[in-house]
Amino acid sequence: MPKVTIDGITIEVPEGTTILQAARMIGERNKADRYVVPPAMCYYSKLETSGGYCRTCLVKVPKGSDKDPRPMPKPVPSCRTTVMDGMEVANTTDPTLIDARNGVVEMLLINHPLDCPICDQAGECHLQDLSYENGTAASRYEFERRTFEPIDIGDTIKLHMTRCILCYRCVKVAEQITDGRVHGVINRGDAAEISTYIEQAIDNDFSGNMIDVCPVGALTDRTFRFASRVWFTKPMDAHRDCETPGCDGKVVLWLKGDEVLRVTGRKDQWGEVESFICNTCRYDRKDLAAWTVEGPRNVDRHSVISQGHYHLKRTQPLLTAPAPNVPELAKRKDLKDR
Amino acid sequence: MARKILFEHIDKPGIRGLEGYRAHGGYRSVEKALRTMAPEAVVEEVKKSGLRGRGGAGFPTGMKWSFLAKPEGVPRYLVVNADESEPGTFKDRYLMERIPHLLIEGMVTSSFALGANTAFIYIRGEYFHVARILEQAIGEARAAGWLGRNILGSGFDLDIHVQVGAGAYICGEETALLESLEGKRGNPRLKPPFPAVKGLYQCPTVVNNVETIAAVVPIVNDGGEEYAKVGVGRSTGTKLISAGGNIKRPGVYEIELGLPCDEFINSDEYCGGVDGRAFKAVVPGGSSVPIVPYELFLRTAKGEPRLMSYESLSDGGFVSGTMLGSGGFYAYNDAQCIVRSTWNHARFYHHESCGQCSPCREGTGWLDKVLERLELGEGRAEDIDLLWDIQRKIEGNTICPLGDAAAWPVASAIRHFRDEFEYHVTHREKVKDPRHFAREPFRRTARPQTV
Repeated sequence: MPKVTIDGITIEVPEGTTILQAARMIGERNKADRYVVPPAMCYYSKLETSGGYCRTCLVKVPKGSDKDPRPMPKPVPSCRTTVMDGMEVANTTDPTLIDARNGVVEMLLINHPLDCPICDQAGECHLQDLSYENGTAASRYEFERRTFEPIDIGDTIKLHMTRCILCYRCVKVAEQITDGRVHGVINRGDAAEISTYIEQAIDNDFSGNMIDVCPVGALTDRTFRFASRVWFTKPMDAHRDCETPGCDGKVVLWLKGDEVLRVTGRKDQWGEVESFICNTCRYDRKDLAAWTVEGPRNVDRHSVISQGHYHLKRTQPLLTAPAPNVPELAKRKDLKDR
Repeated sequence: MARKILFEHIDKPGIRGLEGYRAHGGYRSVEKALRTMAPEAVVEEVKKSGLRGRGGAGFPTGMKWSFLAKPEGVPRYLVVNADESEPGTFKDRYLMERIPHLLIEGMVTSSFALGANTAFIYIRGEYFHVARILEQAIGEARAAGWLGRNILGSGFDLDIHVQVGAGAYICGEETALLESLEGKRGNPRLKPPFPAVKGLYQCPTVVNNVETIAAVVPIVNDGGEEYAKVGVGRSTGTKLISAGGNIKRPGVYEIELGLPCDEFINSDEYCGGVDGRAFKAVVPGGSSVPIVPYELFLRTAKGEPRLMSYESLSDGGFVSGTMLGSGGFYAYNDAQCIVRSTWNHARFYHHESCGQCSPCREGTGWLDKVLERLELGEGRAEDIDLLWDIQRKIEGNTICPLGDAAAWPVASAIRHFRDEFEYHVTHREKVKDPRHFAREPFRRTARPQTV
């Protein structure tokens, strides 16, 4: 099994593992080491041939392997580069690389509308996280941004092409999860756009997953549009017996009171869904009675969604609740982690 | 008169047809290879010849061929890259128009060496008339038994198909070319795997430039060692250079590698010197290679005379050198504006970026817009540093070399002609006239700056 060292942390991984997967293994082994995981906007471990496009996961390889210790001449996409035994990788330790990554983020943002205040993805947007970590406060780009009219692609999906970063994830979903791809990228360069060519054409049992994999707000759920900010909703794990082949019915319900505002797949700590769900679960069962609720979804404490403290049990409504007993709260295990 | 290898018979009447080509020793290499040589022996000759890829990168062809994977039961392909889209380059077109059988002959010999039974010519859409010439030549060759089943009774079969592209520059990148050839969108693939392992239809494939494949013919005819005697050092053989710009005699020239740059640009045998005014800058290998001031083209930074060879032109790295590239040579006189030319290049790369990876998709457009602003007299002092920063963030961070190709001309223009950029900021009213330097040549105030 090859051994790879990322930012000074060594891990042994199975043959054929990519640098990004190895870094995620380090992050899963010890939460404190999660800083070695490069950001990934286009790579999606559940989708074959994804990755390599966005260039945010670039890493430097100062030592190729034990056999061939030469450094790699250019930064490599960690999502598509397999590790070699003895490889050394610099992710956060190389200033030139950080500079290159900041450059990529700047490029991603120059044509992005930055309309987060009216975007449904705000709060769970990877581009927001990324620009918070690697972006600058002000843009140096002073020209007119590329714009497109929002269009409906299918009756449940809204496409805001202006927000798209062309990660190709939705194209891969359509190719690999649904039974036929009817949308893709047309035109080239900075005029490239995701399109169905004919509006309203996407009609497929699994098309809703395109929304889940979209790292930005380019593809949003038309049944949830402007219904609520995500951080005002309460995510609950739930399941049902789904008849659709290929769907295990395991979802997250986004509740406001007892009202199901939205149904999505369950996203893990890397922002990827655990399994793809069908459109029946996603759109046609917006009724709490149709689901077996398992409990609150564990959302990373850094996420704005968890700021709602939805996972704390409240016996009384907030307004009439007594002031919190701080010493007692401090003993509670789930709060200690915070 | 310098020695010509590929163009030896190019002016002979009837050379375009099979009969005329045969009369001047055509298809001898096929006879020699198929009758007397093993495929490995042909690869060995190419290795000995030191032939390097003529499409721009200059990778040793013999080595590329020896990397070709040979799994059992999987077909192998030879693909000839005739998507000559680099601005300033038109050498392959001349070769294919004038002497198409040279390419076909090279393809038969090369396919035999590689064990490929199907070969493709991917030609750019703008060369439609050339594609017809090639198809006609292929028809003639097939009728005469140089193509098809059991060529010369050797048991070797070969078919050649001509595929016309749809006019995208990016389809000259080998993996984008393969995607396009498969009928998909011409997006470059991520490497590895390289085409030698998984190329066309996921089968081992060799992609070579037209000129490279044509050069296999003299290599097999006369032997690799004989070919290696021409040229200098690791730059062996001859190179086709398509010369243009402000020179007296534009055209396609076959030069022996190692020809002094001074002789190439000033002698009457080749470019014939400047057309009227004084030389300012030279791009020796197509729009993607760094532009250099005329003085640095003649002599390296160390003061040695520069030669037309892979090594000598890149002497000094990107600080004071450039590259031989694809041989799309063009020179500027002092009536030309470097900022305008750089903008023109940036506009081209902006238009041709495939849009797959972020730095190139967004960065090329940004370069274009900032340069437009500068050239049209709207620029600001900080724009020059901004340009430098943008190109730095594109270079090396993209999937394919288009990002680098877009960054290098900008970087080298700022590196060597920063004073001209500054002039555009300080003399905004003057540069609003599109012919500003034609009316009043730019006088250099400082010696070339190195960054």
